[in-house]
Amino acid sequence: MAIQTEKDDVSGTATTGHSWDGIRELNTPLPRWWLYTFYGCVIWAIGYTILYPAWPLPGGATQGILGWSSRGQFAQQMQAAAAAQKDTVDRIAAMSLPDIMKDPKLLAYAQAGGAAAFKVNCVQCHGAGAAGGKGYPNLNDDDWLWGGSPEAIYTTLRHGIRYTDDPNTRDSQMPSFGIDGILTPEQIDQVANHVLALSGETADAGKAEAGKQIFAENCAACHGEDGKGNREFGAPNLTDRLWLYGGGIDNIKAQIVKPSMGVMPGWTKRLDDATIKELAIYVHSLGGGEAPVTQ
Amino acid sequence: MVQIINTLDAPPEVGRESAVPVNKAENRSLYASREAIHPRAAHGRFRRFKWAMVLILLGIYYVAPWLRWTRPGDAPDQAILIDMANRRFYFFFIEIWPQEFYYVAGLLIMAGVGLFLVTSLFGRAWCGYACPQTVWTDLFIWVESKIEGDRNARIRLDAAPWSASKLSKRAIKMLIWLLIAIATGGFWVFYFADAPTLFHELITGQAPSVAYFTIAILTATTFTFAGFMREQVCTYMCPWPRIQGAMLDEESLIVTYNAWRGEPRHSGLKKAEAQGLKAGDCVDCNACVAVCPMGIDIRDGNQLECINCALCIDACDAVMDKIGKPRGLINYTTAGLYAANVAGKNRHWNWRHLIRPRTIIYFTAWAGVGLAMLFTLIHRTQLDVNVVPDRNPLFVTLSDGAIRNGYTVKILNKRQEARTFRLSVHDLPGATMEMVGGAGARGTSFDIPVDADRLKAVKIYVWTSDPAVIAKEHSTFAFKIEELKPKGDAPPESRTYDAIFHGPEREE
Repeated sequence: MAIQTEKDDVSGTATTGHSWDGIRELNTPLPRWWLYTFYGCVIWAIGYTILYPAWPLPGGATQGILGWSSRGQFAQQMQAAAAAQKDTVDRIAAMSLPDIMKDPKLLAYAQAGGAAAFKVNCVQCHGAGAAGGKGYPNLNDDDWLWGGSPEAIYTTLRHGIRYTDDPNTRDSQMPSFGIDGILTPEQIDQVANHVLALSGETADAGKAEAGKQIFAENCAACHGEDGKGNREFGAPNLTDRLWLYGGGIDNIKAQIVKPSMGVMPGWTKRLDDATIKELAIYVHSLGGGEAPVTQ
Repeated sequence: MVQIINTLDAPPEVGRESAVPVNKAENRSLYASREAIHPRAAHGRFRRFKWAMVLILLGIYYVAPWLRWTRPGDAPDQAILIDMANRRFYFFFIEIWPQEFYYVAGLLIMAGVGLFLVTSLFGRAWCGYACPQTVWTDLFIWVESKIEGDRNARIRLDAAPWSASKLSKRAIKMLIWLLIAIATGGFWVFYFADAPTLFHELITGQAPSVAYFTIAILTATTFTFAGFMREQVCTYMCPWPRIQGAMLDEESLIVTYNAWRGEPRHSGLKKAEAQGLKAGDCVDCNACVAVCPMGIDIRDGNQLECINCALCIDACDAVMDKIGKPRGLINYTTAGLYAANVAGKNRHWNWRHLIRPRTIIYFTAWAGVGLAMLFTLIHRTQLDVNVVPDRNPLFVTLSDGAIRNGYTVKILNKRQEARTFRLSVHDLPGATMEMVGGAGARGTSFDIPVDADRLKAVKIYVWTSDPAVIAKEHSTFAFKIEELKPKGDAPPESRTYDAIFHGPEREE
């Protein structure tokens, strides 16, 4: 057996002996620096795997002698960001809500910071666009159960609603008029028709008229004589077009028979005061915010 | 075309072993060292043109960042500045915002098509005269020849054993190379910050670390590429020599050895003529090979290493002058003319070869992009408006049944002075607006002050209880933004932005 070395006539270079459709590959040597670049990469890789986390092992990977980790780097960057924002955050913590809102830079910062905190803490119930859903208030509109001034929103955020861990929480109970037998089904039908009529929607006029008296005796204490609600108790305004648990006679009746009452946690344990202020300002800026109490 | 050089045709009586050395040197070297190329200094019109290009291009590179251009207000006074931190690009009287990045895209398209045009006209003129790799390599070789001497002296020095004299020559050469490399990287960063300030910061150690890092990288690449890699960058690393194959055609001017005139070559021309041999004009003096920075022989024909620097033309012309033959044995000619001359027709290049469908198309595309950019530049406004509607939620129902939409209105004041704009809502019946941060004021128009050369974004809520609007899933209306009380004679600018007002989804 013999190994034949072929040489290309034109270039004088040996071929690899491989041939594709009659085209033979020249065995041209690679440039030497190419090889050195490869060695350089190998050395770099060895150094890298010593310095940085690299080799997977059972139960983890080698840590690298620099002690670098992506979590550590993240924590560092967050610290740096917090340090850079410290002055602004301290001012927000020290100032009153109306004063913050008068300073365009602080207002912009609070809105952006509040939006970020909202995305982490609030969207689970209120939705990414704060539009809420059935049982979860829409924060964009101008209908507020417990008040829409920055201070009222701030208080709601701090203490929550029917939040058992905070004695100062916003609290109220609506009796279960149906299952506790306070009102008969007929009376419930009548008062529901009255509530429907309050907001100008089509209702059975006879029942609504009969329900007027029942409303005055059972409901007006919290919802007011005129049905416009009372923010002391978080009692909804029944005369507007917005229904937290759905409009229409059936939804209203269900709410009288066995009311659903929303719960919201207070945030003081989880968020610092500046963040809660930012959240209040952000929610207030969503379009339905009411004028600050102290101007 | 393959020659078998090692076969089994040994005479049977010797009994030849069929042994092939395993470690035969030919099979062993998988990697080849670069053989240094020491081009001889050329003299002639193309060399002079190349020196002129080196001076002009380096001059532009080193002088441009120091030019001043007074701008009003807080705007920087540097004529050419890429201000990354504030996202602005300044070029004399032009200021580009990131939103206008299409100007940069247009310039890049012009550069690309321009390269196609030049290549189809003059071959790799970019490679030969204008490429930074060529310019800096020229400069480095010039430094080398001043210290170590011309081609022959450098070859001798290369081969000589290490001595104090060789060491000092090499050290001085590399020191000068390094200084040039530092200056190269050093001046690059001046395009990205106020040059005098940055210069002061650089020498006092106050400059940002990214500046030093950039200088270090560009110093290293300049030093290596122009000092040591040289022709290998063009041959192995650069994609353009590969692309140019598709750009050239038989009408492109390329540096060509006119074999039909030069062959057969004889080093002793007179002797050959005396012997009655047929002799071409080439005297095989190898002058064209000695001056070639790419280390090729142009007489082998057009090849991918050739950067068309035309130094071989200078070298050959000098020899032709000496032996009393006409110049142009090596010249700029086209593949078509070469073939015609080979076929015995006496054809010469004239300017009409420049005009052909391919070049007309390239030129039209190039000029079209340029004119379009010029047109938009002249007609561009100093006020831009973008309106981004809230998408989540699309609309909000208010307690009285009204429908409200939210919009972020962005006003771009590109003028170097503070201006006030009146934002108003049109064509939406019953519309009322409120601006976040506007202390609860409501109305159908707001006056919004915008700082000089800044964008201002305001959140606007618009609502209406008009039954005709609420009944529709969406209605079109317009925001109008008008400039109030412009300074000087400039006419007030205004913009109308069409927007959509969303209502509740209606079932059919």
